[in-house]
Amino acid sequence: MFLEDFVVRAVVAGLGVALVGGPLGCFIVWRRMAYFGDTMAHAALLGVALGLLLHVPTSGAIVLVGVALAGMMTLLLRQGRWGSDTLLGIFSHTALALGLVALSLMETVRVDLMGYLFGDILAVTPENLMWVWGGGIIVLAVLVVLWRPMLSATVHADLAAAEGVPVQAMQFALMLLIAVVVAAAMNIVGILLVTSLLVIPAAAARPFVSTPGHMAVVASGIGSMAVVGGILASVQWDTPTGPSIVVTAFSLFMASLLIGAARRSR
Amino acid sequence: MMSIPAPIDTPSLIETPPLIEAPPLIEAQAVSLSRDGTLLLDSIDLSLSDREIVTIVGPNGAGKTTLLRVLMGLDAPNSGRVRRRPGLRLGYVPQRLHVDPILPLTVDAFLGLSGNRDKAATQAALVQVGMDSHAKSQVCRLSGGELQRVVLARALLRRPHLLLLDEPTQGVDVGGMAELYRLIGEIRRDRGCAVLMVSHDLHVVMGATDRVVCLNRHVCCTGHPHDVSRDPRYQSLFGREVAGQVAVYTHHHDHVHGPDGQCVVPDKGDENRDRA
Repeated sequence: MFLEDFVVRAVVAGLGVALVGGPLGCFIVWRRMAYFGDTMAHAALLGVALGLLLHVPTSGAIVLVGVALAGMMTLLLRQGRWGSDTLLGIFSHTALALGLVALSLMETVRVDLMGYLFGDILAVTPENLMWVWGGGIIVLAVLVVLWRPMLSATVHADLAAAEGVPVQAMQFALMLLIAVVVAAAMNIVGILLVTSLLVIPAAAARPFVSTPGHMAVVASGIGSMAVVGGILASVQWDTPTGPSIVVTAFSLFMASLLIGAARRSR
Repeated sequence: MMSIPAPIDTPSLIETPPLIEAPPLIEAQAVSLSRDGTLLLDSIDLSLSDREIVTIVGPNGAGKTTLLRVLMGLDAPNSGRVRRRPGLRLGYVPQRLHVDPILPLTVDAFLGLSGNRDKAATQAALVQVGMDSHAKSQVCRLSGGELQRVVLARALLRRPHLLLLDEPTQGVDVGGMAELYRLIGEIRRDRGCAVLMVSHDLHVVMGATDRVVCLNRHVCCTGHPHDVSRDPRYQSLFGREVAGQVAVYTHHHDHVHGPDGQCVVPDKGDENRDRA
């Protein structure tokens, strides 16, 4: 039963997300952007509603809404009147609420709300697969090309700027990449859980590595283990797939804590 | 117009005086900057020549860091202009650099972020700042003084014409301070770069600089440390007592070192004797 078509498609799609989620998740963890990632994910529901309303591909609409939101928050943050946690608190929940309201207004369209919120990886279509792997490869390529300036801007923005790195552009690029990955990963774990697939593997990778590049690779590996383990567990015990993946990722994180502690005490 | 002198990257034995006709490395003309209605910089004029060590001193909130940022082009002034010599390479050592432990970063990888991955140059920069045994250390485990030296090494990897240091001795103990100023003087001598630094350690830095700019939103006074320390405007800004100590200290060092600034801080033995 593990080799049925829909299981194979689910694993292939999940691996695509895990692969790109490694390096991207590292940047989110390094820059303390986990809550920002959540906000982008919540905005995805508004993107879905807009896509259905305007009859455009939902993935594209999600990216557009995410970028618009990121731009707006950057502008408000620059005014310095509110802390980033306040702005994120406002926009994260407003985006989710707006999406729910917009979807409820579209009486003619029936949407699988639970599927959007918690993912429906076992219903992944070949078209979804194309989006995941196509988007994933583009994001990975951009990350490889921008690796040094983006890392430099992460370590110290002013120092990077003094060395000629376009810091603002790097931040915007990172937001754009997060939007793309959220759009691609939404089917797999859903918008409420998608950042966990970025944040948990990166955090779990930390005890095993000593350089940023190494952390990105190990995070991809741990994400892949979480995806495969979670899907197999959900097929075996008939549990919801998205949450099963997150729980698997969390157990890997706990294991990394124990291994890290054991290493330190040696 | 005469040609711009090439940057000196190799140690040079002959101290070449700055050419009169050479344009300044960097020049601020009537630079003013205000934020939210508060005037932070008021009509600042400042210029730096090749191989010059200039120190900006001033009380908290005097706009020292802001001035550095404007000179580097990180902030734009509201009025006035900043002219940088075409092709000018800057090396920047920011005030406080904190690397989160969640980011695994060896000293080597940190230096690689400068864009200069040349192994020999990296090794040479680490040797110069005395951190060559820490190449594989995690940046987040370094002490304040060690981290400051590593950041300095990264700035050197840019092969800068001008080094900008924002309170380089913050979080460094007194012995480390004198050592750091000695190192900055050595770097100027070996690499031929100019240095612009912001400092709080008035009494220590006075012996380590060619020129002092006393800043309190506007330039209060500027000149040779010996003269500035006796300037009434300087004394009123820092209080007579503090300023007086400075005057005694610099006077002492004027006897030990020539005015050319070749040796900017006495060696460690002298320093310890002075402190006793």
